[in-house]
Amino acid sequence: MKAFRKVTSHALALDRPDVDTDQIIPKQFLKRIERSGFGEFLFFDWRKDPGFELNRPEAKGAQILVAGRNFGCGSSREHAPWALQDYGFEAVIAPSFGDIFRQNSLKIGLLPVRLPSEQVKELMTRADAGDEITVDLEARTAGGFPFELDDFTRECLLEGLDDIALTLRDEPSLTAYESAHAAPIATNAL
Amino acid sequence: MGQTLFDRVWESHLVQRAEGQPELLYVDLHLVHEVTSPQAFEGLRVAGRRVRRPDLTLATMDHNVVTGDDTPMDELSAQQLEALAQNCAEFGVPLYETGSGREGIVHVIGPELGLTQPGMTIVCGDSHTSTHGAFGALAFGIGTSEVEHVLATQTLQQNKPRSMRIYFEGELPEGVTAKDIVLAAIGRLGVDGGVGYVIEYAGPVIEQLSMEGRLTICNMSIEAGARAGMIAPDETTFAYLEGRPGAPKGAAWEQALERWRTLPTDDDAVFDQELVIDVSGLGSQVTWGTNPGMVVPIDGVVPDPASMEDADERAATERALAYMALEPGTPIRDIEVGRVFIGSCTNSRIEDLRAAAAVVRGHHVHPSVRAMVVPGSAQVKQQAEAEGLDRIFVDAGFEWRRAGCSMCLGMNPDVLAPGERCASTSNRNFEGRQGAGGRTHLVSPAVAAATAIAGHFADARELVPA
Repeated sequence: MKAFRKVTSHALALDRPDVDTDQIIPKQFLKRIERSGFGEFLFFDWRKDPGFELNRPEAKGAQILVAGRNFGCGSSREHAPWALQDYGFEAVIAPSFGDIFRQNSLKIGLLPVRLPSEQVKELMTRADAGDEITVDLEARTAGGFPFELDDFTRECLLEGLDDIALTLRDEPSLTAYESAHAAPIATNAL
Repeated sequence: MGQTLFDRVWESHLVQRAEGQPELLYVDLHLVHEVTSPQAFEGLRVAGRRVRRPDLTLATMDHNVVTGDDTPMDELSAQQLEALAQNCAEFGVPLYETGSGREGIVHVIGPELGLTQPGMTIVCGDSHTSTHGAFGALAFGIGTSEVEHVLATQTLQQNKPRSMRIYFEGELPEGVTAKDIVLAAIGRLGVDGGVGYVIEYAGPVIEQLSMEGRLTICNMSIEAGARAGMIAPDETTFAYLEGRPGAPKGAAWEQALERWRTLPTDDDAVFDQELVIDVSGLGSQVTWGTNPGMVVPIDGVVPDPASMEDADERAATERALAYMALEPGTPIRDIEVGRVFIGSCTNSRIEDLRAAAAVVRGHHVHPSVRAMVVPGSAQVKQQAEAEGLDRIFVDAGFEWRRAGCSMCLGMNPDVLAPGERCASTSNRNFEGRQGAGGRTHLVSPAVAAATAIAGHFADARELVPA
């Protein structure tokens, strides 16, 4: 996983609620079997509108996205955070996120930051004014506002840890569970 | 304090719990399909890892498959399906590929094979994994990184979600279905009302539903933002499961029944949130906008953004109406459609097809409508054909197609053209979901069938008897 410590950048405000992952990356781009190269298709349909926020000249180079509530709802496609990260975004700030999108983002080092709506609105104003915003994971602040993230997840992100390796370190617990619990099914014996 | 069904399943699958970090949850069944798995298998290959429990993993082909002979499969889809077949062969994962007779939408084949059982934990790289909660399983969608984690470790690092119970009471009116119940619930909760929660659906209305109906309800939990939906297992659940290939047999069946009967939520259990919905006055539901919470009864009208006080809601409504090309105040029944889709993991099971066929029998699809029926699995297709449902559909002018996700998400040739309007039994009406520029209205199978015949939104009551 890509490590995340701190990013300072101008930000892009996308002030609409319930942006679903079908909009972030439409289905026709999910047929690729690679993890990379999704950035150019980010918000593919919405970008056809010249007035769309991402098409504004000042959006260029923004590494922080400030979005409305329930960002990333819908489909579980990890291609959505892949596309945002590949495009150049390092962090997304919103009042709330779709659960699976948030989890997927944390797994790849795209930092989802939850802040109260009024603080998000203020950051959108600062984004629209072209101000730089700092998201600091070590200090757990975004644009000066404190945000919550559990210690373990924060540590994984700061160090860019491989969570599969972490789980496999606990092999005795896995084996103990498996010997104490008979599997209810066998997919290879139908 | 008593435990909820969710608590019980969660607690019984904990491998590891430590202060300050997510809990490690064991996965009983991992379902895999072609779209969200190739990068996960590649990750295993790069790291030199194996699939820990291929015997708890099952793959099928559903999202990309072609459902008819009218359009060939595109090259990228073919490559993705080939990659799945190769990955399954390399890592020893059982695969029901196209043509095997057991293929189908991943959330349809799990239950029909008897692999989805009460008290299990089930995951899949697909948000509609919540479907399997209808059996009293804890089932939720994950992304590709987590797919890789499950393949390698058969576990997931998870923080325990909060719990919500939605209690449905009252008398369900004639012709109103599970789809209408869940659409109405999403309308009440909003598309983010369930974020961070696992929902248990309960009450007499749920208890009276068939397994197919319960699967429809749990399927759409994610459309309210909830990670999972669950329904307590009961005699209906056990009767559905008994004798299926994956279900326990003989003495093991009796032992399983004993265990499953202990799962339901205790009377004194406490939920983080409770909601009661009376279904007595409920009508058939039709979505008018670009998310599943934008829904009204079929007797209603397209809402007017000018009447909305919340600025965000007003803006979202205006956006949605512009996309959907609808005027405020238009009666839903006056909206004409050009396409009808009966299928998807929400509504493609045998009971859904029977309900649609009962409406269609003796009628003919409206001349300006192209209508298709896509069974959820090869076995559903076979059963429907044995019952003669295919003849009813074909005689009425419907296309009868092969199993797959089809037009629910349009990753295959079944798509809407820009501007086309569709009555769909699927689960998402997001912009472009069924094809760029396409306009989707979510409905029940019965309403989809009646709409195909009338050419505008209709329910069976208003069709002139054939």
